[in-house]
Amino acid sequence: MIDMPIVRTSREEIEVYRFGPIVSVLIPTMALVIQAFVPVRFRFFAIFDLPLLVTIFFAVARRSQVAGLLTGAAVGLVQDALTHQAIGLYGIAKTVVGYGASSLGVKIDVENPGTRLLVTAGFYLVHQAAYFLVARNILGATVGWLWARTLLAALLNGVAAIVLFAVLDRFKHSA
Amino acid sequence: MENFFSRYRNASILVLVLFAQVLGLAVQVKRPTESGGTSLIRFWVVSAITPFEKALVNTSQGVRNIWRNYLYLRGVRHENRDLKAQIERLRIEQVRLSEDAAQARRLQLLLGFKEQFISQTLAAQVVGSSGSDQSHVIYIDKGANDGIKPDMAVITPAGIVGKVLRVFRASSQVLLINDPSSGVGAILESSRLQGILQGTAAGETMLRYVMSDEKVAPGERVLSSGGDRIFPKGFPVGTVQQINPGSDLFLNIRVKPAADLSRLEEVLVVTRMVENAPQTSEPSKPLRAADILAERLPRVPQKPPAVPAKGTAAAPAPATKPPAETASTNPSQGATAASTTGTPPTGPAVVQSLTTGAAATAKPAVKTSGPAAIRSAGATPDSAATKPAAKPLEATPASGTAGATTGTTGEPAVAEPAASKPAVNGNAGKPRQNGSAAKPAKPAVPPPQPPPGEEVPR
Repeated sequence: MIDMPIVRTSREEIEVYRFGPIVSVLIPTMALVIQAFVPVRFRFFAIFDLPLLVTIFFAVARRSQVAGLLTGAAVGLVQDALTHQAIGLYGIAKTVVGYGASSLGVKIDVENPGTRLLVTAGFYLVHQAAYFLVARNILGATVGWLWARTLLAALLNGVAAIVLFAVLDRFKHSA
Repeated sequence: MENFFSRYRNASILVLVLFAQVLGLAVQVKRPTESGGTSLIRFWVVSAITPFEKALVNTSQGVRNIWRNYLYLRGVRHENRDLKAQIERLRIEQVRLSEDAAQARRLQLLLGFKEQFISQTLAAQVVGSSGSDQSHVIYIDKGANDGIKPDMAVITPAGIVGKVLRVFRASSQVLLINDPSSGVGAILESSRLQGILQGTAAGETMLRYVMSDEKVAPGERVLSSGGDRIFPKGFPVGTVQQINPGSDLFLNIRVKPAADLSRLEEVLVVTRMVENAPQTSEPSKPLRAADILAERLPRVPQKPPAVPAKGTAAAPAPATKPPAETASTNPSQGATAASTTGTPPTGPAVVQSLTTGAAATAKPAVKTSGPAAIRSAGATPDSAATKPAAKPLEATPASGTAGATTGTTGEPAVAEPAASKPAVNGNAGKPRQNGSAAKPAKPAVPPPQPPPGEEVPR
């Protein structure tokens, strides 16, 4: 009884967006292809995680937790398939991020570039932490946690998100 | 219950999806060999992504080729001149090294060693990567259709790159040596200390399991030891960059990979490696005194043919110009000569296709100054005309055998060192004392050759 008015108020205040089916498939696919192709020529590009940024963008824009976690799971599993590791590591990490981003999108306005930077950097850390925990505790893999590199990557991904989200904003329509 | 799920619907779905993935991971941990669903997912994903990557690679390469080959030609002449000079320097260096290699092979043969060499490679183009810092893998555009199999070594002329991990129909996944799950048997070149080269999470390569009381110098080369049965022995792995005492009994040696792993465009997949006893030009049977005496007997030089065979090393060229010049100015001539002087096709762990030409140019410079070279060169069908001129009364069945082209001449043991030594020691111009085969050619012997440390005048 108490929760209802708050939720309704939040949903009314924050706009929900939708995407066409082609855009929903094509953009994550392009992100995966670019992520796999560009580091071959420019190794430093591997510090970016375009699939993660796309997951956050869709989750925040749709503001649906189920859609967010399913998008994250699908993108993560495809990304896993491109690595040599067990399938599910990125899947779990991006599922968590997709759910978290859509939950956050319901509560706060993430249209502002500053907010986008902070949200993306924060979710990058969550993503890395989830990956690290799963890899260490379930797979027993030797994964190193490098604080300086991780924080730098979080910041760079946050900056990249500002640019990328501005481009992707053109593809969204009000629901 | 229904109320619970409807109330916590989103959280329930999250838990369900996570649980399914954790379960999938547990199954994969339990069964390390990939099968069923996971391999199917990989197959689909790689089949879907790789065509896009191939298209991107081909497009970018096409644009780059047009730019480089037709538009941006500045400095090409200068570069060409530099490269020619470099080739000359390398040829001379090869002459020196080939003698050492021959000696090493003789010793290996004596000790019953077996040598590995790459007999077949397949060039492949790098079309993609995992795109992740946690997984150092690349994708190449050759797969099962091209004969690629798991665990094949992947190299570049600079050094080793990794091994084939998974093979798909038209592409393959290659695990780089800087991945934490990779391991390469390695040996330090000068100290001969062995260890295992492993990657780190940061993408560096470390040489492990070298005891902390051993002395390792920065800059020392690291080679593959061949112990992993994947990479050929003696192939460059990298250079020691930094040495730190480890927390345990071993040193932490950081190695800079010889191949630039961050800029891989084309690689070679070793599709076949041959292991056999080293082949030398030593005879397989004991030498008889009669053979040595026969060598010293004067011989009647046979008339040279009217038209010398084209493209042979032992063409009358040695009579008019210095042998080294003859060998170095025409690689094709050198190739014939080298293949007939009993040089095995490759040294250990050297790409055959790359070294054949090098050895070819190297050997003649050493050998053509002595009768053995002339004799052996005469073993080729093309240069059959020159054989009698050099050694018309050759009676020993071992000399000038047809098998010379495969690196197994059966020349007498005495003749081989005698033939090669003077040239190496810088006495190429001196008349040979024990080889009568050289006598007919004596008037045509070119001016004395410089010592090996100097460049051959051209």
